[in-house]
Amino acid sequence: MSDMVGRYRECGAATKEGLELSFSASSIPLKQRWRNNGLSADFLADYVTTFFPRVENDPKSLARQQEIRGAVNYIANELLENAMKYSDEHLTQPISIKLVMEADSILFVESNATNAARGRAFQAFVTELATSDPTELYVTQLERGVETGGSGLGLITMVNDYGAQLGWKFDDLGDGAMRVTTQVLLEI
Amino acid sequence: MEIVVSGEQYSVEWDAPTRTAALKGILRLNGLEEYGPIARFLSSAVPEGKMTLDVRSLEFLNSSGIAMLSKFVIEIRNRKTVDLNVVGSTAISWQGKSLANLCKLMPSLKMEII
Repeated sequence: MSDMVGRYRECGAATKEGLELSFSASSIPLKQRWRNNGLSADFLADYVTTFFPRVENDPKSLARQQEIRGAVNYIANELLENAMKYSDEHLTQPISIKLVMEADSILFVESNATNAARGRAFQAFVTELATSDPTELYVTQLERGVETGGSGLGLITMVNDYGAQLGWKFDDLGDGAMRVTTQVLLEI
Repeated sequence: MEIVVSGEQYSVEWDAPTRTAALKGILRLNGLEEYGPIARFLSSAVPEGKMTLDVRSLEFLNSSGIAMLSKFVIEIRNRKTVDLNVVGSTAISWQGKSLANLCKLMPSLKMEII
């Protein structure tokens, strides 16, 4: 049984252009793995630029390429940081991130397993995010002095600063475990 | 310029005559705890008067870094003794997207994106 929050869409099997990276969650310590978030995000961002080539004598094409590269890098890095922070290392479930390229958008799909308590707390937060004004929520989170090194601010900035649409799916895996799938749709 | 904090991909430099702190490179530290040395330097750099935060060479900042800068700006706003300028670059994508949020936290902040 799945719960969905925000603008979540089921991806058809006949997916267009895409790329997927998958990581096992318990093979090396978090600290060493942290560095890989940046490497993976850089790779995904560079990969995407292939689809938005620079056109000679058109400075706008370079600016657009740089903007898309920056947005993909930021969003992918945040999704991976959250996944590494909140995955449960006792669950031998992989973390995956997929990019689906479409004519006018890029869809990010990140998935990881966590324990049910953490998953439910995250579900409560994203339900608030999906129904709030992101600018107001951004200021409120910081003014509250909340420990925002967590997922909160990363997701809020995706909506507030990048105009992304977010959706989530929560699947009960049994034995107190849960799979959380986050989708970020970036219009380009 | 004197390097006051540095790591594998970043540095924080301080120019005492102009009271300018420059963040440079790529900042993807894990949570506010890892940002502690930078946050402590920024909040103690100038007790009163003018201060400039120059991020023109900061190519990447994750959300924990945005949280750290936001908390710094809130602290300066509440202290009411520091006149803060922030200088950014139009050439770096995250700055065009996220830097203006600092003005929402401190309306008297002077922001220049060049």
